Amino acid sequence: MTTEVGRSRLRKEDARLVTGRTRWTDNITAPGLLHMAVLRSPMAHARIDRVDVSAALGRPGVVAAFTGADLGAELGSLPCAWPVTEDIVLPDHPPLALDEVRHTGDPVAVVIARDRYAAADALEAIEVDYTPLPPVLDLEAALEPDAPLVHADKGTNRCFVWPLESGDYEAARAQADVVVKRRYHQQRLIPNAMEPRAVVVTPLAEFNEYTVYSSTQIPHILRVLLAAQTGIPEHQLRVVAPDVGGGFGSKLQVCAEEAITLVVAKRLGKPVKWTESRSEGYLATHHGRGQIQDVEIAARRDGTLLGMKVDLLADMGAYLMIVTPGVPLLGAFMYPAIYKMDAYSFSCTGVFTTRTPTDAYRGAGRPEATYAVERLMDDLAVELDLDPLELRRRNWIQAEEFPYTSIAGLTYDSGDYAAATDKALALFGYDELRAEQRKRNESGDSVRLGIGVSTYTEMCGLAPSRVLRDLRYGAGGWEAAQIRMLPTGKVQVVTGSSPHGQGHVTSWSQIAADVLGVPFDDIEVVHGDTRAAPLGMDTYGSRSLVVGGTAVHRAAEKVVDKARRVAAHLLEVGEDDLEFSAGAFSVRGDPEAKKTIQELAYATFTSHDLPDGMEASINAEHVTEPENFSYPHGTHLCAVEVDTETGAVRIRKYVAVDDVGRVVNPQIVEGQVHGGLAQGIAQALYEEAVYDADGNLVSGTMADYLVPAAPDLPDFVTDRTETPATSNPLGAKGVGESGTIASTPAVVNAVVDALRPLGVTDMRMPCSPERVWRAVQEAAQPASQPKEQAS
Amino acid sequence: MIPPSFEYTAPRSVEDAVRALAEGGEEAKVLAGGQSLMPLLRMRLAFPELVVDVGGIPELRGVREDGDTLVIGALTTHHTVLRDPLVRRHAGLLAKATATVADPAVRHRGTLGGALAHADPAGDVPTAIVALDAELVAQGPDGRRSIPAAEFFTDYLQSTLSPDELLVEVRLPKPGDGWGFHYEKFRRATQEWAVVGVAAAVRRTNGRIEEARVALTNMGPTPVRARATEAALAGADVAGDAIARAAASAAEGTAPGTDLAASAEYRAHLARVLTRRAVTAAAG
Repeated sequence: MTTEVGRSRLRKEDARLVTGRTRWTDNITAPGLLHMAVLRSPMAHARIDRVDVSAALGRPGVVAAFTGADLGAELGSLPCAWPVTEDIVLPDHPPLALDEVRHTGDPVAVVIARDRYAAADALEAIEVDYTPLPPVLDLEAALEPDAPLVHADKGTNRCFVWPLESGDYEAARAQADVVVKRRYHQQRLIPNAMEPRAVVVTPLAEFNEYTVYSSTQIPHILRVLLAAQTGIPEHQLRVVAPDVGGGFGSKLQVCAEEAITLVVAKRLGKPVKWTESRSEGYLATHHGRGQIQDVEIAARRDGTLLGMKVDLLADMGAYLMIVTPGVPLLGAFMYPAIYKMDAYSFSCTGVFTTRTPTDAYRGAGRPEATYAVERLMDDLAVELDLDPLELRRRNWIQAEEFPYTSIAGLTYDSGDYAAATDKALALFGYDELRAEQRKRNESGDSVRLGIGVSTYTEMCGLAPSRVLRDLRYGAGGWEAAQIRMLPTGKVQVVTGSSPHGQGHVTSWSQIAADVLGVPFDDIEVVHGDTRAAPLGMDTYGSRSLVVGGTAVHRAAEKVVDKARRVAAHLLEVGEDDLEFSAGAFSVRGDPEAKKTIQELAYATFTSHDLPDGMEASINAEHVTEPENFSYPHGTHLCAVEVDTETGAVRIRKYVAVDDVGRVVNPQIVEGQVHGGLAQGIAQALYEEAVYDADGNLVSGTMADYLVPAAPDLPDFVTDRTETPATSNPLGAKGVGESGTIASTPAVVNAVVDALRPLGVTDMRMPCSPERVWRAVQEAAQPASQPKEQAS
Repeated sequence: MIPPSFEYTAPRSVEDAVRALAEGGEEAKVLAGGQSLMPLLRMRLAFPELVVDVGGIPELRGVREDGDTLVIGALTTHHTVLRDPLVRRHAGLLAKATATVADPAVRHRGTLGGALAHADPAGDVPTAIVALDAELVAQGPDGRRSIPAAEFFTDYLQSTLSPDELLVEVRLPKPGDGWGFHYEKFRRATQEWAVVGVAAAVRRTNGRIEEARVALTNMGPTPVRARATEAALAGADVAGDAIARAAASAAEGTAPGTDLAASAEYRAHLARVLTRRAVTAAAG
């Protein structure tokens, strides 16, 4: 009966989104709206000796100005929902700094004025006296006993140490013929959602109600945490995520500005808006990545993996945001990836620095893990003189071995790594490109060719609530959906997982259309408003389709079950005598006797003739608790040309074969893969948040922080294999992050592969032209010391 | 970001514009296509009290011939420059450099005169203008004056234009026969400024370079000519390694900076490599 799932439906929501004729938060206005601007610390670390806003108050159009001390008690402390260990160091995080600033961009005071310009101008009149304190920037130096402290009251910059041991790594290492040990650097990245963050708060004093419009991924979580933080009762808070223009994790957050805008609007009894500028967002919106990875892998001479050891230093930044400490833990389970081994030793140390806090960014922990293991596999293949794909084949889980519990303790339900790899190889022309590479190497061509491999898997569908309990996460992982059958036959699907660009409205319509048998166009999807869709756990971690889509599916099944009862009553047969197909119940053997589900919706609306004792509704709600994570996987192959004269890297060919399980809308999947690849390639070649020695963000605008655009990227060759997930009725695995997770190591492996004949053995990200050129120069000088350890 | 407040005037003639500039003095800024000024205003890096919007002065637009000279109005957009048949015929180097400016949206708004008056050493158009020995015509309260391109750029974002002068047109001598052109731009991402750029114009006969002009983008506070390379190229064979040997001196006398995009050392290296490539392409 499936007709919609699997179709490349054009997205219902796109016409208004791409024309801008819609509700972005910054478009929202209200009578008497005031505008807020935030004064931010120009220093990485300083004591605040004095803040004086009085001159700002005299500026034209200014209505109010507040310091941290003015609002302190009402603002509370920004929450961290994932204290990963019992003894984690949890510093206070005042939304407006009180006596110390701890990163450039830390909010110090706010001005509220009648227009945006007046507010921005008045910031210049605020006087602040700072006493500079030493910045804390180096992750290793920060852990030295005499290091300056980010939070002096805590006595340490060490936030937590989180270990995971499985098997006996030392024993495995002792048996190994080869151990490859590397240090990889995950540079900090800036998420760059298309729509900057924005907040509008409209207080309705007579109802004791505050509506918070925010460009957020998490309206439901935001409501709970704003209530907890500010003491405003939860039922008096309505949070609306209007159309949201991208997030990539950066809007999975409870931001200082959300709390400040709410408290200021409450104080003034007036609606207040704050919208960040791009360069303000670079300082104030959380960053991603930021890790030093010490990793080693132990293997036999024939390539059999024995074990893996991972020691991470993870840059928390100045404060713990909503899931800051948990991000590296999401990666902890993914280092062993698709490979079988006997032992795994993991440890992560979280470190405070005087930089913008880090938190979830597309992939959140899994890209870092995948990068390390896939780079290690290529390096190990070189050590063993094996083709990198052959080494992987010798170690990956075979298709018939599923379900398979990895050494990190995850149970992979399904997959076929060989099938994806074979398909990718055919599309790539692997042998031909290897032949060309040899030719270029032999002729000493100044443009070298390199091939990089990434056979990734990841964990999506966050998350089984009991697992989250074990990881000390502060909430569950369920998701809710409700189906409302309207009297005229139209259908409202209410979802707790609201989109910020993913196309939920279209995909959810497809799922509901198939289960209910109603036309795609008769379905509306309601989301992103805690009043209209009160129950939800929101959107992150490639969970929406796997968990939220499942909730829609299950709720629709409940509607069909309830409608069956009404149909049987009206057709005067037993429920078992009915069959349901294409939206209609018909009597077996008497196909003329039928009722469509839309007719039954009307019959229930009138309720003139329902079965005795039946609730007068066929609407249904379902809250899905995921039984497992889902595990997309795939094989990505990248060929690069490296101009050794200039260091320029050009991607010659990129093939991505992904297995994301059963696909609801192939075109949406394709779009997710393309965007994901762009962001993964961006980390490999372009992007880096660069700080100077004083802790200033020097890549502070889009002129200095290189976000690649379409002309910088190759034509992607994408394809899929399909092994359905067994843990949800859709068979879906999630696709929001896989492109980002898979592509970064494929590209860097390719760059290193191109330069290895010249003596280059490692490249740090981003592989910028100058970095590549220098690596070639240094490798050509026999006197230079090898930059990395190898054993 | 939010620009600070400023006065705004939109004169309809060059004379009115010059008058407005004279009244505004040091605190006045010319707005042409806005592709450089608007970001500076929004980031609060520029604080003019008066913005003189010359966008509504039609006489500043267009391309025409004046005998052996090609005359391009200062307000002519990059997009128009690129597509103009006269530019293609008589100023191929300018067309090639203009084609690399930012992206189509910027090229539709940004103007030739704006790119020159902004005097950004990372700009592509100034380098081409310097390589072509163009004349820049400015109008002030006392009338017009003509400034050789080589003298126009004085420092980082600085030109010889005085605050009450408006750049009105660019005059390019039409090259004779036998010239070839190339602009070689190296950038980290397609829509970025040049890390280094090289504009090369080469006149060759019978496989020999008679005359070469080479100018460099972003190798100092202004666009600069690679004089040592030019001298070494005179009389050089197109075949063989004469071009490579001449290009080896491309960075002589330059003062490139170090920034996030590149170190000075790497820029000097790029100047040599890109000069070889640009001259080879221009001579081919």
